[in-house]
Amino acid sequence: MTDDTPTLQVENLETHFFTKDGVAKAVDGVSFSVGRGEIMGLVGESGSGKSVTGFSILGLVDPPGKVVGGKVLFQGTDLLSLDDEGLRRLRGNRIAMIFQDPMMTLNPVLRVDTQMIETVRAHDPSVSVDEARARSRDALGQVGIPSPDERLRAYPHQFSGGMRQRVAIAIALLNKPDLIIADEPTTALDVTIQGQILYEAQKLCRDTGTALIWITHDLAVIAGLADKISVMYAGRIVEQGALDEVLDHPAHPYTRGLLGSVPGHNTRGKRLYQIPGMTPSLLKLPKGCAFKDRCPHADQACEDAPEITRPVEGRALRCVHPQVDLAGVAS
Amino acid sequence: MTVFIIRRLLQSIAVVLVMSFIVFVGVNIVGDPVEMMVSDEADQAEREKVIKSMGLDKPWYIQYARFIGGALQGDLGKSFVYGEPALQIIAHRIPATFELALAALVMAVVVGIPLGVYAGLRPDTVGSKTIMAGSILGFSLPTFWVGLMFIMVFAVILGWLPSTGRGDTVELLGIDVSFLTMDGLAHLFLPAFNLALFKISMVIRLTRAGTREVVHQDYIKFARAKGLSNRRVVLVHLMKNIMIPVVTVLGLEFGGLIAFSVVTETVFAWPGMGKLIIDSIQSLDRPVIVAYLMIIVLIFVIINLVVDIFYSLLDPRVRLSEIKS
Repeated sequence: MTDDTPTLQVENLETHFFTKDGVAKAVDGVSFSVGRGEIMGLVGESGSGKSVTGFSILGLVDPPGKVVGGKVLFQGTDLLSLDDEGLRRLRGNRIAMIFQDPMMTLNPVLRVDTQMIETVRAHDPSVSVDEARARSRDALGQVGIPSPDERLRAYPHQFSGGMRQRVAIAIALLNKPDLIIADEPTTALDVTIQGQILYEAQKLCRDTGTALIWITHDLAVIAGLADKISVMYAGRIVEQGALDEVLDHPAHPYTRGLLGSVPGHNTRGKRLYQIPGMTPSLLKLPKGCAFKDRCPHADQACEDAPEITRPVEGRALRCVHPQVDLAGVAS
Repeated sequence: MTVFIIRRLLQSIAVVLVMSFIVFVGVNIVGDPVEMMVSDEADQAEREKVIKSMGLDKPWYIQYARFIGGALQGDLGKSFVYGEPALQIIAHRIPATFELALAALVMAVVVGIPLGVYAGLRPDTVGSKTIMAGSILGFSLPTFWVGLMFIMVFAVILGWLPSTGRGDTVELLGIDVSFLTMDGLAHLFLPAFNLALFKISMVIRLTRAGTREVVHQDYIKFARAKGLSNRRVVLVHLMKNIMIPVVTVLGLEFGGLIAFSVVTETVFAWPGMGKLIIDSIQSLDRPVIVAYLMIIVLIFVIINLVVDIFYSLLDPRVRLSEIKS
């Protein structure tokens, strides 16, 4: 593995849910890569497949869902070719995940120290319980939990939501992973805590070289955090690129819609833009471009499903009517 | 924790007192034991003597006060039929029933929980569908019929297991037990399994429902995302969460096992309390009936208490809310 091998490279990932009513293509040909110390924002509405993408990487998609195609290269190894034990060794060790709802991620009947120590010892049984406890205490301290010694002996219900999410983050950090997948970890928290956690996450990546995938529907969060951004719609990536490029020159009508609906300084007194309609059911996607029924620029050309194009280096786009002349902007 | 236990203890005593009143009054308005005790040729004077000797000439509240006074000293009256202390007659039969119920409980746990967890984890396999269909049979087939079928198949046709009695017993801490000898174990198996069948089905259904609910919780997914082995996820993270309803119901059902092992004891001629109470009801042996019911009440109350304490050990949230309130 050379230094420029990305920590994670996802190619044409396909995860389908085989339901009674048909096959729902929750993730349909998603590709992206994240390098060392890099932060990628994965943005989309509810049901766009962003969380399923995260779970697919870890092999944690529950039936009737199944990863049916593509590659997930983690430091050069294809995770989809690993058996259960091989995946288990990576989970919580090299690749950690943080979930959305801190009230639900910790087991209510086990003490915090139990839940932390088992994470250390699942990957290295030679570590003694005392040593694992010391590491757990340090991890709690690292995420800013006061008197970690005392808190280790507490049960999850004795923590507030923000504190629980810190514990979950501390658990994710325990084995110093190379990649963290964070699935809307700040959505359930209030804004001040959210700010602290974002700051700490960013610092961690810069300091330790951990790659981070931050899944969210909140563009404001991504704007202050990520290096690059992938926008998902109905299981597909519709626009991808460096953060500033995409936010400054959004080319896909959907990205423009998302950006237009974020309140800003100069939108005061004006109605915020609203994307008409709602996310289509994955079982009844319109033919052609999945977004065409909600898109103000749709025409005959959108009846055929648009392919991914790469108008300039580092940008990807799935639209036949780009709203910006990307080549022109670049030059 | 101590406050919690003391409060529960006081509540238990109140329940026992109320129950003693209901039981005593209830039993005393049914039938006339004098008719059963005195021969038809007895004259009025003899009848009066018997009534007096049994203390039935006094008003009911005096009888009740005497009964409570005696009960506090461990005296629940003398059997009208046997002339021995009722408590002693019952105590003599308790170990057999207890052993049977305990064996049935162990079977329910050992067989029911693994099958239930399996059926919950893999709901669509043929195996778990078979388990669930089997549990419906376990629920709906009448105990006495299943017992008779067991005797027919395993004792009469196959001749593998004995069908009646306790077999060889050995003394353990002054109590006769069957399960420590091979012969006793063979005698214990069929009646215990017969008694356990219903509970096994119940534990399977309860465990399966719990598993189906818990397995989709985020904390199970998170445990897997931490890289824990499947074994640890199921045995620790899942099991500890589904044990709360299982422990509650099993605890209460243990009382039921003891109280209503009547059918199984009759079918397999198991010398326990169940047969005794049937006989006593038929001969209107009030002290034995009352003593039996009081013991059952006591058993239920103690089990409830133990379950509550277990509960708080299993679920820290129960502990906390109890202390707060």
